[in-house]
Amino acid sequence: MGVLVLAGVVMIFLPLVLTLYLSFFDEKLIIFPPRGYTLHWYLAAIPHFGGALITSLEVAAIAVSLSLLIGVPAGIAIARRRFRGRGVVSTLLLAPLTVPGIALGLAIYVLAVAVEERTGAALAGSFVVLAGAHLLITIPWVVRLCVASLVNQDEAAEEAAASLGARPLVVLWRITLPSMRQGILAATLFAFIISFGELEMTLFLVGPGMTTLPIAVLEYLKYHIDPLISAMAVLQMLVIGVALTLLDRYVRLGGIVR
Amino acid sequence: MSGAEAGYLHLDGLSKQFGATHAVQDVSLSVRRGEMIVLLGPSGCGKTTTLRMIAGFVEANGGAIVLDGQSIGGQPPHLRGMGMVFQSYALFPHMSVAANVAFGLQMRRMPRNRIAERVAEMLRLVKLEPFAERLPRHLSGGQQQRVALARALAIHPKLLLLDEPLSNLDAALRQEVAREIRILQRDNALTTVMVTHDQAEAMAMADRLVVMREGKVEQIGTQEDLYERPATPFVATFIGHSNVVAGTLSDGSLLTLADGTALRLVGRYAGAGPCRLAVRPERIILAAADGGGIRGRITLSTYLGATVEHVVRLGEETDLVVRGPTLEGGATRRFAVGDPVSVAWPLAGEKLFDNDDRPLPPQSGAQAEATIWENGVTNNA
Repeated sequence: MGVLVLAGVVMIFLPLVLTLYLSFFDEKLIIFPPRGYTLHWYLAAIPHFGGALITSLEVAAIAVSLSLLIGVPAGIAIARRRFRGRGVVSTLLLAPLTVPGIALGLAIYVLAVAVEERTGAALAGSFVVLAGAHLLITIPWVVRLCVASLVNQDEAAEEAAASLGARPLVVLWRITLPSMRQGILAATLFAFIISFGELEMTLFLVGPGMTTLPIAVLEYLKYHIDPLISAMAVLQMLVIGVALTLLDRYVRLGGIVR
Repeated sequence: MSGAEAGYLHLDGLSKQFGATHAVQDVSLSVRRGEMIVLLGPSGCGKTTTLRMIAGFVEANGGAIVLDGQSIGGQPPHLRGMGMVFQSYALFPHMSVAANVAFGLQMRRMPRNRIAERVAEMLRLVKLEPFAERLPRHLSGGQQQRVALARALAIHPKLLLLDEPLSNLDAALRQEVAREIRILQRDNALTTVMVTHDQAEAMAMADRLVVMREGKVEQIGTQEDLYERPATPFVATFIGHSNVVAGTLSDGSLLTLADGTALRLVGRYAGAGPCRLAVRPERIILAAADGGGIRGRITLSTYLGATVEHVVRLGEETDLVVRGPTLEGGATRRFAVGDPVSVAWPLAGEKLFDNDDRPLPPQSGAQAEATIWENGVTNNA
């Protein structure tokens, strides 16, 4: 048992530690042992990948806010209301999780081209389609986390508020939403991480001058293998790591990723 | 039950179906102002659904709810002005105790200073003043329960609804809280409907009880009504304990059991055929076998402190539980396992029900004042 755990820990952390180590190499190519150590790859990473980083953050910001705007009300409706077609809505909203990113990206690209041919609107490779596609893959997480946070909550509190004279919208604003605070926070961070790290689907949707960070890294790797990539990877891990640490402070991750 | 009766809350033929299940069927009830009514029954009997229909959380399929002369059937819960205490207390977890109590008053747009006064008054009432700024999760179960009560009472509810209010409390705390609620309810003349599955709790708190089973009302009455004059064998066994013996009635007073043993009843009854006899353990008197009465044999004898419980076997397979006070001077058990004994009971302790579970009244006449020794056993040859 102990050996297995140790092996697991090594397998998970070795690449991370190695990446961190490589990012300080003062070499053009990756050579062991390096001549020396330097921080200049980190300084170079920002100007080189800055544009892509900003695009990634913009896409993530839009996908996250829109998916909250749609996913939170949808989650409340699915968890609390009994309406016709509830099962269908729930399945539809969670479905994108089951489609591989590559297939999703290709489908969206083909659709965008088809619409573009008929209408002349420049869709393929546009920011709107890119952000919309990210919205599609972040919504399931938001819905799922919101439903989970409500299912664990006592519905009686909402009934108590109603019996005390609160109209349905007041119940929603003063009781339901505050009780979902943790779930909404978790959904925000999850959606951000999903969007920020997305590669396969996004491959089909980026355009000239509009590249997300994972794709910029992939492009760079086609022609270079140097510590710049390691430095960028460390920075990226840092962003995701901070998000995950925040997440873990507010909700038990184990309770959500089952 | 007519609407002209001087009632404050009327349920009239209230029904609710969930899919194919009849959760509540034709429940009618009239509650007087200031009265405490307890809906009692096993789980799934429809008591909670009835309460939730009164509160407005469940819409009835049929029937009417009239409160103070107004039909409130179609009203949403937030317009009904009822104070409800939930089984889980349902406190708002993100609000302080004071904010919880203030919530209903804010909804009524009461001025800030008057809300503060009323909250202080309510917290004083439930003795929680020092906890005003705490969050509910930092309180004990009993304290949370009192917050829930204060929150419901703060709004001067037209009706107080209690859904199993004691079931989440420690056994030791339960009686105390039951008394507190009852005193509060009496002092403020709060018309109250409570739901519970615990008959002791119901007996201790109610002015009148409504026994429900499978969505229907079995009996409505005071503690004495239910205990002394149960309307069905179910009520006889659910309220307190009853020995229920099935048999066939013949000759007005002869009950023949499945194994052929025949019991001579105290009363005389009109009718014949399959019947059920209910007798309470504490109404049965045990005597040595040489006396009159029904013959049997002791199969179990248990000393319980205040009482001694004997199990007496009649014939081949019928057991009667008999409970009596322990005697002074240490003579705790008069009978031992295997002893032949005779059992008897007074006419008032004998309840007979026909095949449709309707009570069969004893015929008036000479037997009405019968002595307890008049019943006897006849073994068929």
